[in-house]
Amino acid sequence: MAITKSELIDRIATSQDQLSPKDVEIAVKLLLEYMGQSLALGDRIEIRGFGSFALHFRDPRIGRNPKTGESVELGGKYVPHFKPGKEMRDRVNHAVKQKKRRR
Amino acid sequence: MPESLTKADLAERLYHELGFNKREAKELVDTFFDSIRAALEAGDSVKLSGFGNFDLRDKKQRPGRNPKTGEEIPISARRVVTFKPGQKLRERVEAYAGAQS
Repeated sequence: MAITKSELIDRIATSQDQLSPKDVEIAVKLLLEYMGQSLALGDRIEIRGFGSFALHFRDPRIGRNPKTGESVELGGKYVPHFKPGKEMRDRVNHAVKQKKRRR
Repeated sequence: MPESLTKADLAERLYHELGFNKREAKELVDTFFDSIRAALEAGDSVKLSGFGNFDLRDKKQRPGRNPKTGEEIPISARRVVTFKPGQKLRERVEAYAGAQS
């Protein structure tokens, strides 16, 4: 199953009682905006227990237009990359192991 | 050298821009990341439009090697988190000329 941004917002709103659902929604959207902004400026994001985001450089290459077969020069570019932190890796993997053991 | 954005920076911005008090801002940032992690832990992928998708992949066991000793040790089957940046984030980042300019 997959959860979406609005589902995530609902879960966050339910798990706390200080902020209204509307405030949580605005805050989550702002957080994602800040994170995007930082990456667009070339900054890293480091969230302990979660993971880090950084930019990876892709070398220039000769691509091909799949329709015409024509070669196109593609310049080098940066792409966002996420590296899960240790706690994230352990928890996600541990959850699977426990489920298997229970069967 | 690029700067790093942390949870403290994110909380600081919520405090300044939304008028949350410091504790509310800190707790919201913590809950945000904890909730994504909890969903992944429960086996659900998380799709954040405009930003990207956190997906889960189940990897089979594969042969590995201790790089120091050369000894063969199997890498056990595991579940891993992958992130696929969304179109909008990729476009924003692609434009980054970087420190080399």
